[in-house]
Amino acid sequence: MTDIAASSLPVFATKAEISKRLRQRHAAERRFRAYGIAALLFGLIFLVVLFTSIIGKGWTAFLQTSVHVPIYFDPAEINPSGNPADRDELMRADYSKLARDALFKALNVGADDKKERRAAGALLSRGVDIQLRNAVLADPSLIGQTRAEWLLASDNVDAFLKGSIDRETPPDRRPLSDQQLTWIDQLAAKDMIAKRFNTGLFVNGASSDPETAGLGVALIGSAYMMLIVILLSVPLGVAAAVYLEEFAPKSKWSDIIEVNINNLAAVPSIVFGLLGLAIFIGFLGLPRSASLVGGLVLSLMTLPTIIIATRAAIKSVPPSIREAALGVGASKMQVITHHIVPLTVPGILTGMIIGLVRAIGETAPLLMIGMVAFVVDYPKTPLSPATALPVQIYMWATAAERGFIERTAGATIVLLLFLVVMNSAAVYLRQKFERKW
Amino acid sequence: MSSLAILAILLVTAVVVYFVGRAKAQSAAAGATVKPHSRPPYHGAYLAIWTVLPALLLLAVWSAAEGPVLRELVHRDMPASVLERSDAERSLNLSVINSIAAGLQRLSPEQYQVVRRARYGFATTEEARDVLAQNGVVLGSAPEPYMLIAADDLVYNKWLSRVAVSILCLVVAVAGFFWAYRRIAPELRSRNIVEGVMRAGLFAASTVAVLTTIGIVLSVLFETLHFFSMVSPFDFFFGTVWDPRFSSAGNEAAGGQFGLLPLLWGTLFISLVALLVAVPVGLFAAIYMSEYAGAKIRATTKPVLEILAGIPTIVYGLFALVTFGPFLREMGSAIGLDISANSVLTAGIVMGVMIIPYVSSLSDDIISAVPRALREGSYGLGATQSETIKKVVLPAALPGIVGAVLLAASRAVGETMIVVLAAGIAANLTLNPFEPVTTITVKIVSQLTGDLEFNSPQTLVAFALGLTLFVITLILNIYALYIVRKYREQYE
Repeated sequence: MTDIAASSLPVFATKAEISKRLRQRHAAERRFRAYGIAALLFGLIFLVVLFTSIIGKGWTAFLQTSVHVPIYFDPAEINPSGNPADRDELMRADYSKLARDALFKALNVGADDKKERRAAGALLSRGVDIQLRNAVLADPSLIGQTRAEWLLASDNVDAFLKGSIDRETPPDRRPLSDQQLTWIDQLAAKDMIAKRFNTGLFVNGASSDPETAGLGVALIGSAYMMLIVILLSVPLGVAAAVYLEEFAPKSKWSDIIEVNINNLAAVPSIVFGLLGLAIFIGFLGLPRSASLVGGLVLSLMTLPTIIIATRAAIKSVPPSIREAALGVGASKMQVITHHIVPLTVPGILTGMIIGLVRAIGETAPLLMIGMVAFVVDYPKTPLSPATALPVQIYMWATAAERGFIERTAGATIVLLLFLVVMNSAAVYLRQKFERKW
Repeated sequence: MSSLAILAILLVTAVVVYFVGRAKAQSAAAGATVKPHSRPPYHGAYLAIWTVLPALLLLAVWSAAEGPVLRELVHRDMPASVLERSDAERSLNLSVINSIAAGLQRLSPEQYQVVRRARYGFATTEEARDVLAQNGVVLGSAPEPYMLIAADDLVYNKWLSRVAVSILCLVVAVAGFFWAYRRIAPELRSRNIVEGVMRAGLFAASTVAVLTTIGIVLSVLFETLHFFSMVSPFDFFFGTVWDPRFSSAGNEAAGGQFGLLPLLWGTLFISLVALLVAVPVGLFAAIYMSEYAGAKIRATTKPVLEILAGIPTIVYGLFALVTFGPFLREMGSAIGLDISANSVLTAGIVMGVMIIPYVSSLSDDIISAVPRALREGSYGLGATQSETIKKVVLPAALPGIVGAVLLAASRAVGETMIVVLAAGIAANLTLNPFEPVTTITVKIVSQLTGDLEFNSPQTLVAFALGLTLFVITLILNIYALYIVRKYREQYE
């Protein structure tokens, strides 16, 4: 007995041992705390690196190099019939020749040196043809006049002036020859070449040349899809949330719906794309690449977000309001339509914006329904082929030309800017209308 | 008339009829001896519902059924020899017929006569082709006679269908209007009826979520079964070689190997790396935010960290592709490691950062929900704060944290754009994190972009992959939601 009692007695540590252990424990405490701070910093630093890397790569996309040369709109070339109303003829004319001739004149390139002419012509984008054609079509009185125009330079010239092609690299390893560099210097010396704000980035459609490729079609496609998502998922989501909160009996069925909605919010987006492909395109026969199909798929994806947000908002309406309305003789539906739903509008709006933000940045399901398409013309209706902003980023990211990297990052900035604006709107709405009961 | 036009007309009608019904109710109430049961707007809504709703339902059913019925009618015009052809060829023929039909509607009357004559054998099909070509329908060869017949019939049937649905909608709307209009009287309990319809509408909206799930399961399952009729499930689930070859029209038997295992391994490997990043970082961030940081710091860091989850995944993919991948490769070559730019590590780390908020936000909530009493008991015994966290708070919060990690894992498994841009495309069974692997989602994308051949195993395999992905994430989600829910209830 005594043995057991002796061994179970606590062994008292000396004071030195205790303070040593205490030091160790406090050191462990500080280390633990440091890990926490490190983890937070890791996340924040990554965020900063991500943004600076994208912005650093992409901000130059908002500027585009153009060449300023006086162009003689030669009637013999554009309009041999002399009738400016003949739009067919104006459409067919070779405008790039006018542009090249103007450039040759500015650079003193001889008329018979074919090789040199080709090299000088390569300084201009292939898009100048359309640029000049549009100018003439808009104003036929230009024919026969000489006017200085800003002409798009080729992507290599653009890259050189933005510093991504180094003058020091040996000529056989850079896309611009020594002669071309001299010309660019000449133009620069005469102030005939400059970087200007790149409106083409926002209005042009798809193009195989980076300098004329733009987000126009993608922006319209995304706008259509946003509209469809708002029109479909907001009413459906609010209605579903109202039913689940106000009417649904506590039964197996409402449990199933509940689990379903939570699960649907976590289903990989690409699976929604498969659904869209099989049902909307395969079964219902809607056209591929259409923003309508994209909008439908994104609406289904956004629905759970809106339902969850609306339900939370409905739950926060105090029962006293409900009871007061019922007390003065309102029917249940009147309580809902006259009181509950108006009070939850801010909550619904925030949910809608959060859902929209997710939907607008979503790429994978849109790849499934064929929005990876080379679309040059603006989509006239939601049924015409279109692309979307994130899909356009994906397509440019996988394109081979160097110029597209800059475009990709530029488009990403546009997307991020848009999301920042939307999120700020959500925060503003929440703060302005949030009601503490 | 197109469905959209009918829909617009019906909606305008609804507004007009609403006012008619309201006016009738008002005038009926003015001369009535009994007190009206419902207020006039309800009578207006009642009339509008009876006028428009049946017609709308008819329109919806008709529009949904029209496509398949028209297709069936086209099949009837096809000779038996055509029907016996392979699925791929038949769908090719079908699209030729569709484009002819679209062209027929643009023809001038004289041109249409040429096609009609060709249809009945009084002109050659070449003449028909030339006429169509003038209107933008370019056909490779002269259309087979049955194609002209089918296209011509298709145009006629489509026209007939549109006329029929327009008339039917009109009849139903008018009948509904008069039936309901006669019944408007002070005694009519129109509010109850209107509210009943509204309630049914709300219920219908709540089933959309369920229908979506059913739609996902059915559509994916159906195509998967189709796939398994060509490739044995055993070869798919246990095959170790992924080599689908190219699909080509009319050659769907072209063999290929559809082994899931390399893709599954790639998916799990990348997700594992992602979790190795996200779990420690997310967990420590959550602990710091909930246990150490003041309310002010928490109020700013939490939303900032959540931005990570709000950034579109394509942006992460781009970052991995143009910045992080090359950076890792250079780091590797600086210390003598051969890291491919598209490696497991690149995709995994970037994806890990993306899912940090999924771990941290949910864990933060769960850790904060651990009752104070547990902590104070521990402090009372002399434990330091970190000892309390390690020995008391975390074990108490563990089930919830596991739930959060599982949800994050389900995100990682289903993530597409990061891996599409940063993980590589070659299926690769490797243990080396510096090599590229490919994932299920990457292969779904690559099998389904470009020209589709709906009946080849090369396309259908995407649905089998999608089903696999859906099942994996479903199990993860449901289990995680179950844990989180059960755990939350414990302290409430």
